[in-house]
Amino acid sequence: MLRYALLRLLGAIPTLLLVVVLAFLMVHAAPGGPFDAERALPAEIEANIAAAYYLDEPLHQQFIRYLTGVLQGDLGPSYRYRDHTVSELIATAFPLSLKLGATAMLLAIVVGVVAGSFAALRRNTGLDRFVMALAMTGISIPVFVIAPVLVLLLAVKLQWLPAGWSGNEGAARFVLPVIALALPQIAYVARLTRASMIDVLASDFVRTARAQGLGTIAIVRYHALKPAMLPVLSYMGPAIAAILTGSVVVEEIFGIPGLGQFFVRGALNRDYTLVLGIVIFYATLLVLLNLVVDILYGAIDPRIRHR
Amino acid sequence: MKHVRAGLFAISAAAVLAVALCSCSGPRQQGPAPSVLNRGLPSDPESLDPQKIRSVQAGEVLRDIGEGLAGYTPSGDLIPAAAESWTMSDDGLTYTFTIRSEARWSNGDAVTAEQFAFSLRRLVDPATAAFNAHLVGDIVNAGAISSGEMPPAALGVEATDSQTLVITLNQPTPYFLSLVTYPSTFPVHPGLLAEHGGAYTRAGTLPSNGAYKLDAWEPGSVLKLSRNEQYWNNAATAIDTVNHHVLTQEMTELSRYRAGEIQITGAIPPDSFEQLREERPEEMHIAPYLGVYYYGFNLSKPPFKDNRPLREALSMAIDRDVLVANITGRGEAPAYSWVPPGVANYEPRRFAYAGQSQDERNAHARRLMVEAGYGPDNPLQIELRYNTSDTQQRIALAVQSMWRDALAVETTLINEEFQVLLANMRAAEVTQIFRSSWIGDYNDAHTFLNILQTGNPSNTPLYASKEYDELMRKAATQVDPKARRLYLEEAERVLLTDHPVIPIYFYVSKHLVGPDVVGWEDNVLDYHYSQHLSLASSDATH
Repeated sequence: MLRYALLRLLGAIPTLLLVVVLAFLMVHAAPGGPFDAERALPAEIEANIAAAYYLDEPLHQQFIRYLTGVLQGDLGPSYRYRDHTVSELIATAFPLSLKLGATAMLLAIVVGVVAGSFAALRRNTGLDRFVMALAMTGISIPVFVIAPVLVLLLAVKLQWLPAGWSGNEGAARFVLPVIALALPQIAYVARLTRASMIDVLASDFVRTARAQGLGTIAIVRYHALKPAMLPVLSYMGPAIAAILTGSVVVEEIFGIPGLGQFFVRGALNRDYTLVLGIVIFYATLLVLLNLVVDILYGAIDPRIRHR
Repeated sequence: MKHVRAGLFAISAAAVLAVALCSCSGPRQQGPAPSVLNRGLPSDPESLDPQKIRSVQAGEVLRDIGEGLAGYTPSGDLIPAAAESWTMSDDGLTYTFTIRSEARWSNGDAVTAEQFAFSLRRLVDPATAAFNAHLVGDIVNAGAISSGEMPPAALGVEATDSQTLVITLNQPTPYFLSLVTYPSTFPVHPGLLAEHGGAYTRAGTLPSNGAYKLDAWEPGSVLKLSRNEQYWNNAATAIDTVNHHVLTQEMTELSRYRAGEIQITGAIPPDSFEQLREERPEEMHIAPYLGVYYYGFNLSKPPFKDNRPLREALSMAIDRDVLVANITGRGEAPAYSWVPPGVANYEPRRFAYAGQSQDERNAHARRLMVEAGYGPDNPLQIELRYNTSDTQQRIALAVQSMWRDALAVETTLINEEFQVLLANMRAAEVTQIFRSSWIGDYNDAHTFLNILQTGNPSNTPLYASKEYDELMRKAATQVDPKARRLYLEEAERVLLTDHPVIPIYFYVSKHLVGPDVVGWEDNVLDYHYSQHLSLASSDATH
């Protein structure tokens, strides 16, 4: 298992290198530079700024300079946040995004699995249809619609929760963003769980268990839940991706200084180093996550053990 | 089956409980505490190092945590600040500032003339890579230092003693005092800068010579400021804590304003404007602002190169009243001049057609089109570029239809990401007509007229008129404000006759200001120092 993990990690190095090269070329290929603004600068001042950020060097030299820095763990200074380095920004933004994403994910799994199982056990009843209709609504309405409605209702009208992030303290400010982020995922997980649970409940080993006199709870708890979870587990990868991209929108709407917001702003501002830093960070994270999912798969299903 | 229901119920209940607990564990904020001002800021300052800033937002924060030689009253009149007084020599070339003896940094050190001189030299030093170095380009040798031909020490600034700062200029610069109100000219503390280097601007390190000091800066979220007890005029500061919230989304900012979490917004979303006008007319502050929204022609290529009648026709056929009433709709003024109204010591010129009705203008424009070689049989086909945004698109669509209806012009609309549009404007290769805008740096017509001089980097239409340049040159050497004003006005008249640009409307500043905020005054600069404000509710509790 350890050997397998190490091999996978080594295999990731060329992938990451490719990501860095492509990302570097793409951000530099985007028209416009990081310091362009409506207010054009005199040529000598533009030259001074370009020199300060080595933008006057040929592209391959800039790339070598950048890569050397990255290999030493230095992602460079942000062009837009002139007082901050990219590493600093990622270090403060990522924990926030992680907290937000992980809470949303947890909420999605717990509520989604419960609702999905419930619907499966009560198949074709009014309750089943109600839960599934709710799930369909959750999938259909985009986050950028749900979030402002939640804010208007719960923060502005009822004043139960804070409307924004900055200046508010404690866990309360997490509630609305987490719900907005989790809702579509709850819906997906619920639908997946329902379908898979219905399949499993109809399978032979469940019938055998029933024949042995086991109650429904015991069957679901000890026999059906685990295999029914496999599709949900496979969905975790796309779900994490969806939550990552969803968090871009949610962070923007609630003004949360997470990675998503810095990524979008960085791209719009042509903050080369910030965008590259976040891309490298995300790429590394995804490679690691893929590995973890593969290992988890083996742990949950003995038929796919890695040697 | 009953058990299943019970079990599932328990699980769902646990989940709901978890969410509920999560929402209760944090203390619920009951609106802002007394004497705390929460303001919206449309984006993060790129830096809090005075010499490294560029944006309006950075300036707004720095005016709270720093102070220049001069400053402004709440209504926008220039007043002494860190300097208690100044004199100008008769030739207008030498300014002598006297720094207040009681001026202090937040760490207790004295604010000195040498620190100001150091900071001005630092502003033009190529090593600083300052965006705003050109602001003080009128100081002796500033240009040569920026381009690396002279050392920073050669700059025409000198501290003759700890309180006296002498600045020498290349030419009379009537707006020079408004330049020393600009945050880029605020002093840094040389000792602390040398000690901390890149970490100088961090909370806890950054010293302040202004009314507030920086307590915390969370990029993308908030800048927290508190009263600077060492500030020379601290007794006049009413509010103890000021939070500048970074709120890039106007709708988010509005939600937070409605929820009572911020008391001053940096903007008002267009879609909520009418509703707010009915709901909260007292809280809306709309005021003229030093900015012009315009369409520029690419004068280096056909069809607009050397075709003045064509440019004039297109300018005439835009019904600006319709645009400001139905599209921008937030109190903007239609533009018939290049310099906005309200600029100090100046009366903007107007287009010759400004007094005509739109029908008369259209009829005149059709004759001009014929003169330019176009007509219904030979329609003009042009491209209009603008940056991707709802308002820009709506204006472009309206202009497209106005040109089509009045002049049978076929306009292709091209929307581009802002940075792409900028790059295209600079290159002047593919552009024909492009959307742009100009926001004044200081309250003087020069900041608008200057950019259309030959060779100015912001002269994106590539306008080149010897007559115009000559008038601007004459104005620049005039010490007498009246004579200077006449030259500037004449220059604008030349500009308006040549039509290198189509001014469309003049900007307004737009804020929501809570009913408990006292001391807010609208002004053309849109500067609102927190130290001039107080809170009605906090007065009651103190």
